[in-house]
Amino acid sequence: MKTLLVKNAYVIDPIQNISGEIMDIAVRDGKIVDDVKNPDDVIDAAGMLTLPGGIDSHTHICGTKVNFGRYMSPEDMRAGRTSRKGDMHATSGYSVPTTYGNSYRYSRMGYTTLLEGAMAPMEARHTHEEFRYTPLQDCLANTLFDGNWFALEAIENGDIKRLAGILAWYLSAAKGFGVKLTNPGGTEAWGFGEDVSCIHKPIPHFGITPREIIVKMIEANEMLNLPHSVHLHCNNLGKPGNYLCTLDTYNAIPDLNDKRQSLYSTHVQFHSYGGSSWNDFCSKAEDIAHSVNEKPQIVIDTGQVMFGKTTTMTADGPMEFNLYRLYHNKWSNHDVEMETGSGIIPVLYRKKNLVNAIMWSIGLELGLLVDDPWQCILATDNPNGAPFVKYPEVIALLMSKEYRDKEFETLHKSTGKRVALPAIERERTWDDIAVMTRAAQARALGLIDYGKGFLTEGAEADIAIYPISVDTTDPAREYERIINGFATTEYTIKRGDIVCRRGTCTLEGNHSTYWVKPHVPAAYDMSTDSEFIDGFNKYYSMRIANYPVGEEYIGRNVCMESEASL
Amino acid sequence: MQEIKDMVCPFCGCLCDDVTLGIENGSIVSTDNCCTIGNAKFLGKNRLKNPIQKVDGKWIDITYDEAVDAAVDILLDADRPLLFGWSGTHGEAQCVGVHMNEILGGVIDSTTSVCHGPSILAIQEVGHPGCTLGQVKNRADLVIYWGCNPIEAHPRHMSRYTTYADGYFLDNAFRNRKVIVVDVRETETAKVADEFIQIKSGGDYAVLSSLRAILRGKADMIPASVAGVSKTQLMQVAEMCKTCSFGALFFGVGLTMAKGKYKNVRNAIELVDDLNRHTKFTLTPMRGHWNVYGANEVFSWMTGYPFAVDFCRGVAFYNPGETTAIDILARKECDACMIIASDPAAHFPRACVEQIRDIPMIAIDPFQSLTTPLADLQIPVAVTGIDAEGTAYRMDGIPIKVKKVMDSGYPSDTEILTRIYQKMLEVKGL
Ligand code: SF4
Repeated sequence: MKTLLVKNAYVIDPIQNISGEIMDIAVRDGKIVDDVKNPDDVIDAAGMLTLPGGIDSHTHICGTKVNFGRYMSPEDMRAGRTSRKGDMHATSGYSVPTTYGNSYRYSRMGYTTLLEGAMAPMEARHTHEEFRYTPLQDCLANTLFDGNWFALEAIENGDIKRLAGILAWYLSAAKGFGVKLTNPGGTEAWGFGEDVSCIHKPIPHFGITPREIIVKMIEANEMLNLPHSVHLHCNNLGKPGNYLCTLDTYNAIPDLNDKRQSLYSTHVQFHSYGGSSWNDFCSKAEDIAHSVNEKPQIVIDTGQVMFGKTTTMTADGPMEFNLYRLYHNKWSNHDVEMETGSGIIPVLYRKKNLVNAIMWSIGLELGLLVDDPWQCILATDNPNGAPFVKYPEVIALLMSKEYRDKEFETLHKSTGKRVALPAIERERTWDDIAVMTRAAQARALGLIDYGKGFLTEGAEADIAIYPISVDTTDPAREYERIINGFATTEYTIKRGDIVCRRGTCTLEGNHSTYWVKPHVPAAYDMSTDSEFIDGFNKYYSMRIANYPVGEEYIGRNVCMESEASL
Repeated sequence: MQEIKDMVCPFCGCLCDDVTLGIENGSIVSTDNCCTIGNAKFLGKNRLKNPIQKVDGKWIDITYDEAVDAAVDILLDADRPLLFGWSGTHGEAQCVGVHMNEILGGVIDSTTSVCHGPSILAIQEVGHPGCTLGQVKNRADLVIYWGCNPIEAHPRHMSRYTTYADGYFLDNAFRNRKVIVVDVRETETAKVADEFIQIKSGGDYAVLSSLRAILRGKADMIPASVAGVSKTQLMQVAEMCKTCSFGALFFGVGLTMAKGKYKNVRNAIELVDDLNRHTKFTLTPMRGHWNVYGANEVFSWMTGYPFAVDFCRGVAFYNPGETTAIDILARKECDACMIIASDPAAHFPRACVEQIRDIPMIAIDPFQSLTTPLADLQIPVAVTGIDAEGTAYRMDGIPIKVKKVMDSGYPSDTEILTRIYQKMLEVKGL
């Protein structure tokens, strides 16, 4: 029975409606409790902003394509090397750090839960292997279904219950968390070198439209009563004029769940583009934000772009090839049979590049124009928009108009004609930031019931204590203090253990993997469905018996069971 | 006889997972679906019973505890240890190897540096447009084997994934798929190809460049014959590539180790890249050992680099040609080595083998090999895929769990390495 008391903390906990109260937080055996007597350890957090541990609901940290990003980029590895020190292993990499590099740097920023944004179920074992070496955060993995042949066939046949059964089988087999759709239909079309254009035209070979895929997947997802909604990377990513496709998609989304959204729309910056080509490229963030403001069933993450070098990686194979044809650096592609694909290219976002400057502005516009912070999650789609270590700067930009204006001055001169950012006065508050970096994530992912995202009794003791005095800091002016304060916690506490102290990680950690297991009626259980099994063994290059990831890959795991309503 | 289905073959990079084993009295007596080389591994004999150590030129039997102590002594005594091999063991063991190397400040390298090391260098320059093998099986109407001979080295590659495999988009895979073989001699694989391109040794780069030139509309520049290949054939092949609906190029050490080395591979990747502007095309290295790709994966996520990782500066440092096993041995730089799950004596240049012989060496392997007699300490272990389990990565990056069918009493590689590592931490007070 290990106990800890965090005293005099300045707490913001939006889920419990706590906004700047001075409180003590008591911890016993990794959970927050009402009180502890004679605690083993006491932390005096007086004058320090104390928040629930950060949650990144969309990042790329582990798995086949992330690792290929490392494999193909020794130049990136040289950028972030540290040696073994105390309990910390050696690390390498800047935009795609090694697993330990990710874990330590996130921990330093107070992050305790990470969601890997895209896992091909066939390669799930790899993601889980890397999770094992990401010791300081709980991990979850969204599971890709955008080009799943069995799922597409079920949609073609109008059999949503079968679709739900298929999702259930794959999620349990892959030990996955949420249903991820990346450029639905487009990745399948890329199997023969093609793509789709928005959501209305049928995709090759399956005779269904991306719109049908999205809507039917949402319905099936809700039938399974999963904690998270469908997590969508819209079609047409990165194409000028794509905001119309995004709006079209949003207009098709039903409102099916009263506890959370029905759709999590990811890296929306990349989907809010106006113009008809790169020549008249401009921001349409206002239109997108307006649409989100009208639809409580949608939560977005911004996909903020920050300047500098990074590596882009996504299951959207055709998009990466298009991007490669613009950048001409190097290009990797990896199509996964029967399921999905992926692409990787390194990029450099430059302030003097007009397109890049507009992209940067769009992310911030979204972060400021979506009224309700619960609908607007702060993320860079690490490392696509920027490596996650840029989060403190993004926070400062959202909190300070002065900082934004100062940065804006340094951009390509024509940027102002193409974006609305300079006219936006709004400055996000401390409470907004607490929502946008942890509370909204916990709600959107359905993790509140699992003790994530808050700091009162019953919660997991994941706590971030920042050396920021809210009372004496004016974020609008002292943005440097915001950046430094959010960059390195005084303490990061993971399940009751101090895992990081002023940037030095002090423990191997004992993290968990969260995965879902929806129970479906026998008629929809694919593990006994002969049609499914025969098709599987015929077309996959792996036997169905060898496909599921065993629990031995997971170690300490949290299986989130649900009963399907089929 | 007991039958076990859907077993995974731990021999080559195909990682066939549909093997049936017959077990009788605790040993494997038959295999089904397996090729001859896989079969030989499953039925392999010739194993040491216990660890042995060379003392005054003679082998003496020792216990596993003594072997662990001796290994720790050898490695901690060294200034520049080399941990080499890894391609024939599971990922979990490779992870322990990396941790071990981190505290030793040594060099860790896999057999990659003598097979597809050049492919990785090329990929690091220009990327890798690839796919999983099932994508080829279901879609490819054109398959190219360049500098490789699957019939002999990957015997089931063609039946499981390409030429003879049924595919979703091909009514009659064998008839609807065209196979091109490019090689310096007429191999068994070349004999079954629709088109055989025989190039003069060292001519790969020129042939690849010619194909690229034709694709870019510069056929005029091509002479009547390039490296022994007629322009007519080159034009025909370029056309086949351009007009197929899905092409898959597989290449082997015949390309990576030929004159031009990594530049050949780079050119092949760029050819595939050019072809993607016309149709869909992918490329896959034919990896040899069943888990050589796994070693690249593990090293990448743990250190940032796929092979040849040097920790002597405390941080991970990578410079193939300097930090690769062959170079370190050739310069007589390392003063102790641990060789696991590989047989460098069978493949390395003579000078390197002599260096291995002359320094303290620990061999961890289930079987006797050309390397094991050079050791000072031999630690027999379980065979992953037979009496131990673990993760392996197929040549296309698909992770597969290699299973355990029987208990032989031998410790697995992970067990042995973990014991050595723990002991090292203890001795160093970490
Ligand atoms: S092709 Fe390779 S993996 Fe398959 S059975 Fe033969 S040796 Fe084993």
